[in-house]
Amino acid sequence: MTVAVQGTAGRGGRDRGSRPGPVQRLKLSYSKHWYAYAMAAPVVIVLGLLVAYPLGRGIYLTLTDATSLNVGHTVGVNHIPDSFKFVGLHNYQDVLFGPGSYDRFWSHFIWTIVWTVVCVALHYSLGLGLAMLLNQKLRGRTAYRMMLIVPWAVPTFVTVFSWRLMLADGGLVNTVLGSLHLGQPGWLADPLAQKAAAILVNTWCGVPFMMVSLLGGLQSIPAELYEAAEMDGASAWQRFRHVTLPGLRAVSSTVVLLGIIWTFNQFVIIFLLFGQNAPDVQILVTWAYRLGFGQQPRDYAQSASYGIILLSILIVFTAFYQRWLKRNDQAAI
Amino acid sequence: MSTTADLPTQQTGTATRAGRPSAARPARVRRRGQSSRTATVLSHAVLTVASLIAVLPVLYIFFISLGPDKMDYLHPGQILGKATLANFGKVLGRTDFLTWFLNSVLVAGGTCVIGVLIAASTGYAVSRMRFPGLRPLMWSLLVTQMFPIAVLIVPMYYIMANLGLLDSYGGLILVYASTVVPYCAWLLKGYFDTIPVEIDEAGRVDGLSPFGAFWRLILPLARPGLAVAAFYTFLTAWAEVPFASTFLLSSDKYTLAVGLTTFVSQYESQWNLMAATSVLIALPASAFFYLVQKHLVTGLTAGAAKS
Repeated sequence: MTVAVQGTAGRGGRDRGSRPGPVQRLKLSYSKHWYAYAMAAPVVIVLGLLVAYPLGRGIYLTLTDATSLNVGHTVGVNHIPDSFKFVGLHNYQDVLFGPGSYDRFWSHFIWTIVWTVVCVALHYSLGLGLAMLLNQKLRGRTAYRMMLIVPWAVPTFVTVFSWRLMLADGGLVNTVLGSLHLGQPGWLADPLAQKAAAILVNTWCGVPFMMVSLLGGLQSIPAELYEAAEMDGASAWQRFRHVTLPGLRAVSSTVVLLGIIWTFNQFVIIFLLFGQNAPDVQILVTWAYRLGFGQQPRDYAQSASYGIILLSILIVFTAFYQRWLKRNDQAAI
Repeated sequence: MSTTADLPTQQTGTATRAGRPSAARPARVRRRGQSSRTATVLSHAVLTVASLIAVLPVLYIFFISLGPDKMDYLHPGQILGKATLANFGKVLGRTDFLTWFLNSVLVAGGTCVIGVLIAASTGYAVSRMRFPGLRPLMWSLLVTQMFPIAVLIVPMYYIMANLGLLDSYGGLILVYASTVVPYCAWLLKGYFDTIPVEIDEAGRVDGLSPFGAFWRLILPLARPGLAVAAFYTFLTAWAEVPFASTFLLSSDKYTLAVGLTTFVSQYESQWNLMAATSVLIALPASAFFYLVQKHLVTGLTAGAAKS
């Protein structure tokens, strides 16, 4: 993504260089900025109102002991004011190191990391494999592509509902496993099987996006590179390793980052597949939602603390990821 | 064009063969891009299996929705003999399905139009113009995607309440717009980057304002990118549950996703009706998807592939 920003910088520079006199340039740049701000304004306002302000308030909530009992609300005609108090960093300390923090935070944290790594690795490898299969001259590849993007075309909660029926006891999956004389785990009840089921469903849902993105990347690799590699006697593996993968790097770095962010915050699949009743399979996002909405009293402060911790993890990760990308780019040049 | 591309390919093939005489066989010359028979068969096999896995759950829920009895999902084998469309009739006739459907169309359509328009203008600004605050803006677009719902949903609720937007379509559209715009702006910026600046410049020389150049020249050219963004916003708003179930309070304003969740408690275990409703919900979204799908490949990766 940094790459894209740098590309813009180059373009802007060329743009301005071609302009005539300095006065005119200044006027132009002023008018340009004016337009730029005007065109970016709607997004900035919407994001500021509905994201930045709630975030500020969310951070403030983490420093208090707000629950649904002491937050101001209106009962009939009476308005009951806020009565929660400022507790400093106590929430963070409690979430990360307090009594029972392993069960409440760290176990979910480890599972979230495992979940993200496994899911993104599966998304990427399966997506790349299918994209490469679709990128060759093959009869009926349009039909294959249409079928392979079905998981993306159908709304998630519909497909998750279908998976729930398929994974239920006596559902399709266990019937098939039974007819093959294999074990029939309780996909929606047994903790380990739950995790496997969650990863399975999320992989099923996420592969098409990767496949389509990587297919676009594959199609943008010039055929001459493959011809040159073939002339030099490169084997299929060498062509993959030294032509395909480097050619995909720009696309890959973007989709992998997006994939990690989206999987890390993947709410819908786990929420709809298991509801609120499976504590072991909850990743941090769904766990935070459960604290804030799925229990009584609703613990707003703790829920928001989880949210802020999640956000910080992602921001730190992205910063490192960008730096790593930049260093690799420089090494490549 | 294609002849010039084919010519060197054949030369390559012969050159490789000539370079390795021991490997030269009398068999026909295989052109680049055409793989051997085994490889083709294998590719077809893998793609067929993958396609089946991709399609199966969707077919399965359609199949379940044909079963007239609520416990039929436990014995899918028995549905074959008594398949009927009665469930669809029940859902359409005896529930609030049509109201929810119209609400969803309104909300998803509104999100689609507003979200894509403001994302496109921002995308154009960051793609074409250099201005102080560009990098922070790009970063905040990226960071916004990392926001877990849990941090936002409670404070958002209060803001919506203060603004009087709770339980209104406008409020929900704004919330959805704020969740979809960052990604759409990224995507469209990438797409705008692939359109030559010379087109804008020509328009400007002919007397268009920067906004005019954007509106009359670039937007029509960016149709594939816009189609993908529209699809993404539509689908997000069409099938979103947590925000809608928090911000919509009265049942006549429910969107389909929320309506479906109330269905579960209302009809307890009538899975056949649930399945039928799901199929009805999936149809418009899938139709929209297949309208834009031919643009997906170019629209998604245009910017990233280029830079």
